[in-house]
Amino acid sequence: MSLSREQIARYSRQLILPEVGVQGQERLLSSSVLIVGAGGLGSPVALYLAAAGVGTLGILDEESVALSNLHRQILHATADVGRLKTASAEERVRALNPDVTVLAMQARLSASNAQILLSRFDLIVDGSDNFSTRYLVNDACVLLGKPLVHGGVIRMEGQVLTIHPRKSACLRCVFPEPPQTGDVPSCQEAGVLGAAAGVIGSLMAHEALKVLLGIGEPLLDHLLVFDGGRSRFRTVPVRRDLRCAACGEAPTIQALREERVACGRSGI
Amino acid sequence: MAVTVRIPTPLQRLTNGQGEVACEGKTVTELLNNLEQRYPGVKERLCDKDGKLRRFVNIFVNEEDIRFLQGDQTAVKDGDEVSIIPAIAGG
Repeated sequence: MSLSREQIARYSRQLILPEVGVQGQERLLSSSVLIVGAGGLGSPVALYLAAAGVGTLGILDEESVALSNLHRQILHATADVGRLKTASAEERVRALNPDVTVLAMQARLSASNAQILLSRFDLIVDGSDNFSTRYLVNDACVLLGKPLVHGGVIRMEGQVLTIHPRKSACLRCVFPEPPQTGDVPSCQEAGVLGAAAGVIGSLMAHEALKVLLGIGEPLLDHLLVFDGGRSRFRTVPVRRDLRCAACGEAPTIQALREERVACGRSGI
Repeated sequence: MAVTVRIPTPLQRLTNGQGEVACEGKTVTELLNNLEQRYPGVKERLCDKDGKLRRFVNIFVNEEDIRFLQGDQTAVKDGDEVSIIPAIAGG
């Protein structure tokens, strides 16, 4: 594969980075990434990965665009309200960069379809909005040995962790189980500031690009914590847990299952 | 001097909006009990009925996960920093 004149112009500002170059750009163009959720995190992830020329983007979401999504879900516009998020996302990404092949997947991830849906991609980025899907994605990535960029956001805070299964800490090594039914006193929607989702989503895209290019130091074994109220970042070292149910030495999760979780987004 | 405890946003409602509180205690358990006395409701959100830390909450003492130290019996001393970090699922 060689870059066209148009591609050289389009990607010129990243081509001149010594970390990228023509080889790196070709690598991106031949890479495939699945973005789980075309929402507040999936939007910046999809836009930045498409703009950077990641050749194949799978975008998985089952929902339609709602007016209340638009303050943070920047893939979608007012005219898209009521349309499938996958349709709106596909259109937006194609308009941004025709180099990208979009695989719009209107589906809900489940224990029965997760491994099949994830298996054809080089890397998974989890921008879903609930614990059940997040643990499912983590477990599927461990079973498949796929690198995963995990991120979460709520109110004005967020977290990012990059995972190389069985080499670095997975989500369950850090947080062994999602909240179970009855664990939490109440179950309320917490709200989120749109730009905070942009901060975390952009970091997730940045991590994905680094992993695909094999450059820099991804957030392996480091949980990045964003305190948006004070606009401060911290990273805490985390470790692979050899007793981990997913990636430990004697994993109890041999097949996928869906967790019954108490509520959507916030554990405590 | 005391131990500095970083409070995650969802619990700051219980700590009068404070993101950091100074707290006394020789172990993580003592810290949590003292927190509970000053800010009732905190412990219930972090621990189950048997007082065990919930599995979707992590506590770090000076950036080390207590599960890899002595769990809730991990010793703390004046000047230590303790972070409470819950899992987040929003997207």
